[in-house]
Amino acid sequence: MELLEQIADQLEKGQAATVAQLTTEAISAEIPAAEILNGGLIAGMDLVGEKFRKHEVFLPHVLLAAKAMHAGMELIKPLLMRDGVRRVGKAVLGTVRGDQHDIGKNLVGIMLEGAGFEVLDLGTDVAPERFVEAALAGGATVIGMSALLTTTMPVMREVIELINERELRGRLRTVIGGAPVTEDYAREIGADAYAFDGVSAVDRIRDLVAGGPGLLGGP
Amino acid sequence: MNMDLRERLDRGDILLSDGAIGTLLQQHGLEPGQAPEAFNLSRPELLSQVAATSVEAGSDLVHTNSFGGSPLKLAVHGLEDQAGEINRTAATAAVRGVAGRALVSGSIGPCGKVLLPYGEADPDEVRAGFLLQARALLEGGADLLTIETMSDLAEAVLAVQGARRADPGVPILVTMTFESTPGGWFTIMGNDIPTCAATLLESGADVLGSNCGQGSAGMLEVARAFAATTDRPLMIQANAGLPELDEGRACYPESPADMAAWVPKLVANGVRILGGCCGTTTQHIRAFRRVLDQNRDSA
Repeated sequence: MELLEQIADQLEKGQAATVAQLTTEAISAEIPAAEILNGGLIAGMDLVGEKFRKHEVFLPHVLLAAKAMHAGMELIKPLLMRDGVRRVGKAVLGTVRGDQHDIGKNLVGIMLEGAGFEVLDLGTDVAPERFVEAALAGGATVIGMSALLTTTMPVMREVIELINERELRGRLRTVIGGAPVTEDYAREIGADAYAFDGVSAVDRIRDLVAGGPGLLGGP
Repeated sequence: MNMDLRERLDRGDILLSDGAIGTLLQQHGLEPGQAPEAFNLSRPELLSQVAATSVEAGSDLVHTNSFGGSPLKLAVHGLEDQAGEINRTAATAAVRGVAGRALVSGSIGPCGKVLLPYGEADPDEVRAGFLLQARALLEGGADLLTIETMSDLAEAVLAVQGARRADPGVPILVTMTFESTPGGWFTIMGNDIPTCAATLLESGADVLGSNCGQGSAGMLEVARAFAATTDRPLMIQANAGLPELDEGRACYPESPADMAAWVPKLVANGVRILGGCCGTTTQHIRAFRRVLDQNRDSA
């Protein structure tokens, strides 16, 4: 099996140590970091995402794969920076103000990094202004918001209203998720996308970054 | 004095638990995102009042306001140093409120962290946290413990172990949260119902079942799946359906009458402790009480 395929295969199996070792080998063999990222690490996360989507594997499998991704990523990060490789996009993530639940949000972050995104994780209890300021300061084009409580969901609407007020719609696109959140709710509050889980969050954000229409029919 | 939970179950009683507590506390000034457990220290009298209201609606079993009371979970709010006091007062306040008219169950929810090797939480630390919580709840006078809303069987087992260490004899109820997949019912961590049932019984749980994640129809299927794998009494606390939008606000669609209509079917499938989770109110508990009383009288 070719080296990059092996990386993808071992990553899919959640073998962090092997992924790190194979990544080191790939670097020694002077395979460009961008190829290691796309053909090895991201390809592996895509395999896991696909299996998760089909209910063939559960969350633990994804979490182990994400750890393996991280192990490989640490090794190639300096090379990607040296080569000036552009990541596929930049997203700001956070759990909205008043809400401290972060397991789902963290998973989205891991999955996004695994898909080649740069992620600015603002943590939990994030105020609407902070989402917008952080996205503008960091050059992110997507804001991902999480809420686990029906009582904190309305903060998502506040963030979107703030984006509209500042006439940033189109420049900053939004994706929302969390246990009580639905696609109807996303439409209702004017979010660009709704994500059911970590895997679909990556899919939706990929679409948005590529200029896809989203729920609103356009950027 | 109440009969012991085990005696009542052995006698064939069907026990009514309570509804969601968080929404009630919000009506009394709990801010979104604030730890509900913070009220245990500042407003224990309110918790006694909530417990009394549940008993007056017909609950045989009332939960303490300690769902997020494990030290790891409280740490998110900077309250971990007060974990003992928070859990103790959760129990004493409920005991005062029920005044001998119902059993008090110490509520234990997930620690909020993912266990090693998938996440970073150390199992020994997690178990020690549950032990501390269970001990404080029992010191405060809880008659039994309910370990609830668990999505990871490994964490549920740590909670049972902690609770057993706190008191080898205390009745322990464990309810997990499942979702429907093409291959059947699983927790998000991939635990199926037969494995959960076998593992939890082996670790020392008395009553098994499910709460949260499903409305009544889904919960009946979950109860059936449990009943197919164990003869143990089951506990079910469904959500009042899954949240829907009403003028931009999330609302739970199942009315008290809607949910009460499922009670006889749940009972017929081995459910012996019934209550409500997200979106259920005192009115739901009253409706359950009426159905249970009618069923008993016509039996």
